[in-house]
Amino acid sequence: MSNSPPPNPRRQSPLPDRLFGWIAKGAALLTLGLLAGILVSLVYGAWPAITKYGLGFLTSSVWDPVKDEYGGLVMIYGTVATSFIALLIAIPVSFGIALFLTELAPAWLKRPLGTAIELLAAVPSIVYGMWGLLVFGPILATFVQQPLQSAFGDVPVLGALFSGPPVGIGILSAGIILAIMIIPFIASVMRDVFEVTPPLLKESAYALGSTTWEVVSKVVLPYTKAGVVGGIMLGLGRALGETMAVTFVIGNFNQLDSLSLFQAANSITSALANEFPEAGEGLHQAALIYLGLVLFFITFVVLALSKVMLAQLNKQEGTKT
Amino acid sequence: MSTTLQDARLAKFARRKLTNQVALLLSLGAMAFGLFWLFWILFETIRLGIGGIAFATFTQMTPAPNETGGLANAIYGSFLIVTMATFVGTPIGIMAGIYLAEYDTNGWLASLTRFVNDILLSAPSIVIGLFVYAVVVSQFKSYSGWAGVMALALIVIPVVIRTTENMLQLVPSGLREAAYALGAPKWKVITKITLRAARAGVVTGILLAVARIAGETAPLLFTALNNQFWNSDMSQPMASLPVTIFKFAMSPYENWQQLAWAGVFLITLAVLGLNILARILTRNKD
Repeated sequence: MSNSPPPNPRRQSPLPDRLFGWIAKGAALLTLGLLAGILVSLVYGAWPAITKYGLGFLTSSVWDPVKDEYGGLVMIYGTVATSFIALLIAIPVSFGIALFLTELAPAWLKRPLGTAIELLAAVPSIVYGMWGLLVFGPILATFVQQPLQSAFGDVPVLGALFSGPPVGIGILSAGIILAIMIIPFIASVMRDVFEVTPPLLKESAYALGSTTWEVVSKVVLPYTKAGVVGGIMLGLGRALGETMAVTFVIGNFNQLDSLSLFQAANSITSALANEFPEAGEGLHQAALIYLGLVLFFITFVVLALSKVMLAQLNKQEGTKT
Repeated sequence: MSTTLQDARLAKFARRKLTNQVALLLSLGAMAFGLFWLFWILFETIRLGIGGIAFATFTQMTPAPNETGGLANAIYGSFLIVTMATFVGTPIGIMAGIYLAEYDTNGWLASLTRFVNDILLSAPSIVIGLFVYAVVVSQFKSYSGWAGVMALALIVIPVVIRTTENMLQLVPSGLREAAYALGAPKWKVITKITLRAARAGVVTGILLAVARIAGETAPLLFTALNNQFWNSDMSQPMASLPVTIFKFAMSPYENWQQLAWAGVFLITLAVLGLNILARILTRNKD
């Protein structure tokens, strides 16, 4: 009996192997195609408005579907103003939360508290919207807006900011609700980057007699600067693109006649949500898509910056330790 | 040492201590501030939502103003759209995640895909709705359940890619090498070894994706639209829970608002439940 090795059945034709690889690569390419597709379809849809108004669209505040005349300034202002208020509130609070979670909380509390803050991000935006309109708005009007108005109504600048009907709907309420929504995003990025600070650095500072606050503000914060800014950018990106919560509370009012924070206004996203289904094909729809394109462009830049900032921190971590 | 210098030092020390205490107190306050909103929102959702829940909520159609009814068609529509979107989006997301983790870990294509994916992850969902409107709805001249499915699937994909890639990277390379040494082809190593080892993490990603799209309203507004009646035909406009809530909550009618609260309660329950389930799954893995 010759003991020749069994004819080597060449391991299965590599076809399934190659096929699997192609499918995987195809799925990755599809993701890239998705971004390109979104850009192309938005530009295509907005083309009539782009050719008609050009960049002047961004600085014109006329929005009149009846006369078929459109400009995006009111919505862009609403989006930027609400996001700005949101950041103003969310940055210090998120920093406090991250500080608490990394330096102060006892170990057994870290996880549940971190989870609770992350759950705040999981609550659907429509819940924030409805709660904001029916629960939070009236309370804000009675306990914050009216006292503010009676206290500062006559002061020159503040009076202008606090003028308008104190009904709990408008830029201020939208900004506050956005702040609550982005706190978890900023806080968890800050917490994560604070945790990558090498313990050696912190311990050295403590050994020199620094207080916890001094360690955080003079050692941890400078070390994680890029990451912290990245986290803030991520929050900003979220705030700019948030739709439902803002639509509920901003009041959908297309006029820009005062700096008042209590005044109802409009944002890009809420204009889209409210008007797009009813807008007929034509210039109205194209103008709305133009707004969507502007929004996508702004969020793209902000999120890309955030990504670059966060990547920088990771690189630094690799070289410095 | 002069006593004045001593005093100055002590005063400085006291000031530093005070600053520290104030900062830490503010940090505690920030934490309480964050938790306060979570509990307030949950409390109001439960308080106002549970009153609207009745048997009829699950059996009757969405009513006309000031008539009795339920949310049956909206719940069914949401269920259908979310399930289909998950089935469409998950395989694409997993395959792309496999590509990033197993095929091309450091190449330019992978870096670019990761970058784009992170942006899509946080991109405004209403823009996804606009995209699907342009590609599907305006081509077929009709709002449809399928358009809603596509919009939500596009939101599922980046979430699943992200978690799949991260989880596959946690699988020790020794496992892969052992399988290769036994002569297994790459696709078998991936499907039978690495993907299986990362199963819990991948499932977590899918759960998180489902939780994310279950509450999404903006991309459905001009894709699936809404429907007052029971509808299982995906090529027709379809009701969904979030869109129904939006319409009802903005209305002045008492019974619509109450149903909207009931809907908000159901959605919050489902979404937070899924999130907590996902966390439990990964915790056991650690």
